[in-house]
Amino acid sequence: MSQTAVPEETSGRRTVEIDSHAINFGPQHPAAHGVLRLVLEMDGEVVERADPHVGLLHRGTEKLIEYKTYMQAMPYFDRLDYVSPMCQEHAFALAIEKLLQIEAPERGQWIRTMFAEITRVLNHLLNVTTYALDVGALTPPLWGFEEREVLMEFYEAASGARLHSNYFRAGGVSRDLPAGLEERIAEWAERFPKFIDDLEGLLTQNRIWKQRTVDIGRVDAEAALAWGFSGPPLRASGVPWDLRRAQPYDKYPLVEFDVPVGRNGDCYDRYIVRIVEMRESVRIIKQCLAAMKPGPVKIQDRKFTPPRRQEMKRSMEALIHHFKLYTEGYHVPAGTTYTVVESPKGEFGVYLVADGTNRPYRCKIRPTGFAHLQAMEFMAKRHMLADAVAIIGSLDLVFGEIDR
Amino acid sequence: MRLDKAAKAAFLKEFVEAFVLSMRYFFRPKATINYPFEKNPISPRFRGEHALRRYPNGEERCIACKLCEAVCPALAITIEAEPREDGSRRTTRYDIDMTKCIYCGLCEEACPVDAIVEGPNFEFSTETREELLYDKEKLLANGDRWEPELAKRLELDAPYR
Repeated sequence: MSQTAVPEETSGRRTVEIDSHAINFGPQHPAAHGVLRLVLEMDGEVVERADPHVGLLHRGTEKLIEYKTYMQAMPYFDRLDYVSPMCQEHAFALAIEKLLQIEAPERGQWIRTMFAEITRVLNHLLNVTTYALDVGALTPPLWGFEEREVLMEFYEAASGARLHSNYFRAGGVSRDLPAGLEERIAEWAERFPKFIDDLEGLLTQNRIWKQRTVDIGRVDAEAALAWGFSGPPLRASGVPWDLRRAQPYDKYPLVEFDVPVGRNGDCYDRYIVRIVEMRESVRIIKQCLAAMKPGPVKIQDRKFTPPRRQEMKRSMEALIHHFKLYTEGYHVPAGTTYTVVESPKGEFGVYLVADGTNRPYRCKIRPTGFAHLQAMEFMAKRHMLADAVAIIGSLDLVFGEIDR
Repeated sequence: MRLDKAAKAAFLKEFVEAFVLSMRYFFRPKATINYPFEKNPISPRFRGEHALRRYPNGEERCIACKLCEAVCPALAITIEAEPREDGSRRTTRYDIDMTKCIYCGLCEEACPVDAIVEGPNFEFSTETREELLYDKEKLLANGDRWEPELAKRLELDAPYR
């Protein structure tokens, strides 16, 4: 066409009336679970568009890891999703082990499996209870945090820190469980299901809770897969996908557990899936405790794990290994791996590229919450503002890992 | 069945049940503690404030091997060393930037002479940032202050390390 059409805007003024306002949800909003900044375009009280802005907690973890030895990089994983630290260490430890072609000894694997499940309970307790808080129930978090305290004491007894544990290592765990801890965990596992019953007594049948969550933020299985969901949000949508079952790692092939699957994919189902997962975790913890036998907790190869301190103080060879490990670290043969674990929030993956030196060439982290957050727009559309809060709560977002 | 449901809804069944449940919790012993006077027990592995230890004869343990400096992921430790008059190698400077420290415990793990340890103290907040830049003097003073506990912790944890 030779003659170009004159756009309407230039030809004449057009007045478009829009009755919407953009509001800032966060980053300081208490229901934003950290530093989520959500720009909401509202039509009255109905969300027209939800635009998550990320990056306020960006610390450059991936780049930092490239400048650390493999052992030094481990603490960074605690700080990604600071609600489930050990599961992420697990992914990194497994990735290194895969490249080094080593395997943790039996007891080390059982300890890791058990602590991964303790982490799952820890995470779900925080999520379910604060999610209830977001929609107006104050009691669940008060009770839940009491239980979390017990679990964090287990963390502290094993690793020395309540949150940033730095406990898992390539080739096992840093130290054996202290005497008496197994009994304490067993005792806790006996009485914890009662607590879940109580928690459910407050929420599951409660009509206000149901009004706030049933049929809110519905995602069907197809959409969940298309948006890259994983973990409880995916299972709530009816896709029976659990990496502990699909690609079992450590001792998961040997433990018996059920994978809860939802039907409607709404906020209520996501809550139920998490509650059931907590019960299953307790089941796994009990099996781990029963199957654990005394033995080494880390691989007895001095090229990868430090020698015992007594040995190090007496033997020259051990001392040299000790010095080499804590300065240079171990060299990982060139190769790449994408190793995933089922973290409490979903699929947490580490794409590790090793170039044969003592540092990773590249460490890409696949955060779980990122895929869930990107679906905010589609999930919150045409919902009320207060429902957006419920949806955020049900997605279990933690910004440490989303922003990395 | 419908009637059943209607009765449950009309009599606020789940609310009453939840209320009874909360009342049961209400009369249970409290979970809270009176913090500055009461504290939760901590394990011998707890990673708190750092301290530099001495041998029983008063000689400082640190031999300036710089393993802790090398392993520190946050680059919080700075060490300078020189031979002393008696010919032994000692640090002239041992700084920890507590604002950088991530309390991962690798320095303690790496130290071959049990000199740098992370102690049980977690109450070391300060009013200014500068006070958190610890030097050798402060770390040794910490060590002297906490030595009985530090020695006990190391002894308790020794079988596992």
